[in-house]
Amino acid sequence: MMLWRDKANLWTLILPPTVWALHFLFCYVATAVICAKGGYMAGLRLSVGIATVLALALILASGVQAHRHWGFGSDMPPHDQATDEDRQRFLGLATLLVCALSFVSVIFVALPPFLVADCR
Amino acid sequence: MSPKAAAPKAPASDARRRKGQEDRLRAVWENATGWRYFSNCNNQVVGLWYTGASFFFFLFAGVLALIMRTQLAVPDNNLVSADFYNQLYTLHGTVMMFLFAVPIFEAVAILILPQMLAARDLPFPRLSAFGFWCFIIGGVFVAGSIFFHAAPSSGWFMYPPLATDPKLSGIGADIWLLGLSFIEIASIAAAVELIVGVLKCRAPGMRINMMPLYCWYVLIVGGMILFAFPPLIAGDILFEMQRLFDWPFFDPTRGGDPVLWQHLFWIFGHPEVYIIFLPSIALLAMIVPTFAQRPILGYGWIVLAAVGTGFLSFGLWAHHMFTIGLPAISLGFFSAASEAVAIPTGVQIFVFVATLLAGRVVFSIPMLFATGALAIFVFGGLTGVMVALAPFDWQAHDSYFIVAHLHYTLIGGMFFPLVAGVYYFYPFVMGKMLSGRLGRWAFWLMFSGFNIAFLPMHITGLRGMPRRVFTYPEGLGWDVLNLVSTLGAFTMAAGVLVFVFDVLRPKGKAPAAPRNPWKAGTLEWVAGDPSEPWGIRSVPPITSRYPLWDQKDIVQHIDEGRYYLPDAQEMKRETLVTDVLDAVPLQVLRVSGNSFKPMIAAFLIGGSFIAATFHWWIVGLISGVLGIAAIMVWLWTGTAQIPEKPAKDAGMGLELPLYASGSASVGWWAMFITMVGDGTAFASLIFGYFFFWTIHADFPPAHAMGPGLIYPLSAAAISFAAWALMLVARRANNAGRTGALRLALAASIVLALGGGALLLLGPWMTGLEPTRHVYDAIVWVLVIWAALHNAVGVLMQGYCLAGSFAGRLTTEHDIDLLNVVLYWHFAAITAVVTALVIALFPLAA
Repeated sequence: MMLWRDKANLWTLILPPTVWALHFLFCYVATAVICAKGGYMAGLRLSVGIATVLALALILASGVQAHRHWGFGSDMPPHDQATDEDRQRFLGLATLLVCALSFVSVIFVALPPFLVADCR
Repeated sequence: MSPKAAAPKAPASDARRRKGQEDRLRAVWENATGWRYFSNCNNQVVGLWYTGASFFFFLFAGVLALIMRTQLAVPDNNLVSADFYNQLYTLHGTVMMFLFAVPIFEAVAILILPQMLAARDLPFPRLSAFGFWCFIIGGVFVAGSIFFHAAPSSGWFMYPPLATDPKLSGIGADIWLLGLSFIEIASIAAAVELIVGVLKCRAPGMRINMMPLYCWYVLIVGGMILFAFPPLIAGDILFEMQRLFDWPFFDPTRGGDPVLWQHLFWIFGHPEVYIIFLPSIALLAMIVPTFAQRPILGYGWIVLAAVGTGFLSFGLWAHHMFTIGLPAISLGFFSAASEAVAIPTGVQIFVFVATLLAGRVVFSIPMLFATGALAIFVFGGLTGVMVALAPFDWQAHDSYFIVAHLHYTLIGGMFFPLVAGVYYFYPFVMGKMLSGRLGRWAFWLMFSGFNIAFLPMHITGLRGMPRRVFTYPEGLGWDVLNLVSTLGAFTMAAGVLVFVFDVLRPKGKAPAAPRNPWKAGTLEWVAGDPSEPWGIRSVPPITSRYPLWDQKDIVQHIDEGRYYLPDAQEMKRETLVTDVLDAVPLQVLRVSGNSFKPMIAAFLIGGSFIAATFHWWIVGLISGVLGIAAIMVWLWTGTAQIPEKPAKDAGMGLELPLYASGSASVGWWAMFITMVGDGTAFASLIFGYFFFWTIHADFPPAHAMGPGLIYPLSAAAISFAAWALMLVARRANNAGRTGALRLALAASIVLALGGGALLLLGPWMTGLEPTRHVYDAIVWVLVIWAALHNAVGVLMQGYCLAGSFAGRLTTEHDIDLLNVVLYWHFAAITAVVTALVIALFPLAA
């Protein structure tokens, strides 16, 4: 599993944006299918809503883990020492930043079904 | 292990030993000269060819642009015909994107990345050479077509139905499709090389938090190529099947849809913009700290920006399709993602500005181009935020506003940083400095010329001038603006000429550039004399992001050969392999030397693509089969060689193995990365299947009786069994049971062939005709794709079997077998998913 790990690595770094990508893909596919097959808006909103909550929860969990890897901010950047600790803290901080971006972007992408009235 | 910075003291008396080491290294790494010059497989030489060739294509496409601007200078001009004008803009866009912008990233990376990592070479030098030859063959083929009045003329994104109609688009579209498919292979080859290089070939101690930022960008962009290019390859396959065999993927009268091509093209096309942009920004990330004379501020923020942009750029593709009538909600997703990507892009700019503010800036020519780049790019980024809004885009779409926007982003985001990079790295590559005086002339001519040319285009576009028109009547308010644009274009061209002159002029009398002329902190500047072929004299352990600033006497100790790999006792080319996170040394990798084989393989494979363009099927088949044979010979004679001893002294008292297999070997990673790209192409074809389902009320259509259940499902079961036997083979080999290994391989070959045949039999026996309806065609394409994967798998199994009989494949030396098992994981997934989709989905639909 990528969550609840002691050691940060490149996979934990790309987990949050991967969640963003899957959420994006889901929203796009759900809209394409529902709008092509009848345009049932309530169903679309519900499925996008559930997917968004799930995605945000995963990113949040990933962010909590990254915050821990970063050492809860006890040590400030640049994390450029040749030590295991600085490598871990750097990855934690970078992942935390990526989490923030992914979180905001998921919310961005989730908005259209709630702002647009129908499938036209 | 934590590498120590202090090198062991060498006694002063061993100058002679040092000389011996240098002689051996020089002999081993010496570049081929004379008639064998083109057999060179070394990053320094191949990188230079690659850079030169892609820059030549830039100049070529620039001339095409100047012809266009001359045509548009005045209304109702008749310098060129409408048809020739179509060829000009199509080729201009195609060449700039496919033959300049992407390849030059690969070229520059191949040239400088090994030095930056203190690696002697990248792990697969022959693959780099193969990629270069593919690129040059495809490139000359595509670009040369205009001299025969046969260039593609449907725009660089080749929209059907215009481009699928052989009468309207001529042979140019085939040249585009086949020539560029071939170049896409080169791009994926480069991605494999660069990703493995960054992950596995760093200097000892260069941990992931200490890599030069350039490496981060290369890593991200390599990953993007793996997910961006394969959809285009899938699209090219569908497109070419329609043109060559009339399979109706994009023909609405038989169930197809031109919009599918737009999706596949832009799933590639938009990330591609960032594939071009990020490596150039990466050059700025190296240049800015050097001229600010301080470490970059916000290293982690740059990593955020690179990772974030890499991902978000895949959610933008439909913003090129805002006007085709997608549901407004779908437009909203792409609009939202297009706005979101401005966040990481902005972060990078702010990091650069902050670093410059915090440092003591030394102004010089590279900095001049870097600041010019930022100014232009920010402007282009802002119009990007505008056109990311669908309602605005509906007004500006396909007008000169878009032409202006995209040139601001690409020239600001890619071209100017690249020129900055050329000025910056020129002394490192050529050993001489470029002229400061000419540099200032070049910059001001280019910068002013660019803005004079493209700034007015925003207004021309808002006044309604559509892109791609070969002329216009007077009196529409476009006359003066167009004339100004043309003058600007020629001014910019003059700047480019000054720059080219400066690069090419003989500098025989000019003094040699000092070592590290800009006082940079990263390792590429260790290389003092470009005529030494070995890259770096000895590989230092790293303890800083800027070793040349922070590690005392490092250069002297490197030169004295005090660090790793100071020698080539066995007269073999070697480089270090280290682990992904902490760069702990793991292996001494023997890399292959100069050879004509990659070039021969590229020409033969290229021949089959070119023959297919002209429908010379027999010639194409022969050339393709010979090409595959050439690759087999290349692999057999050059890869996974068994070393003469299991381990060797790597220097600094460290004994390292010479052989590693499975996930410890670079070849395994290369296979994994390649297959991720392959899987993406497969996913794109599956996407096509479901796309057609969404646009049809009845899918499969009433007439289609296939492919049934029996053939696909038994194909899935048998292909699965072939995969399971590969696991048995691996286990038998581990246990040293050679007989069982051979038996399992042979049985797996039979099953794989059977599975492939059953896949093809499904649509065949149930009478699906690929020219009748798109359903039939997409099923056929899927089964052919999966069956081909089984066939390639059989080739690999045969290779392992031969290896076992030849004594190359043993319990200890099992690189080939483990890589083939890895391949089969992917091949089995492909076969099983294909079979399940085509057999079961019709029941559900």
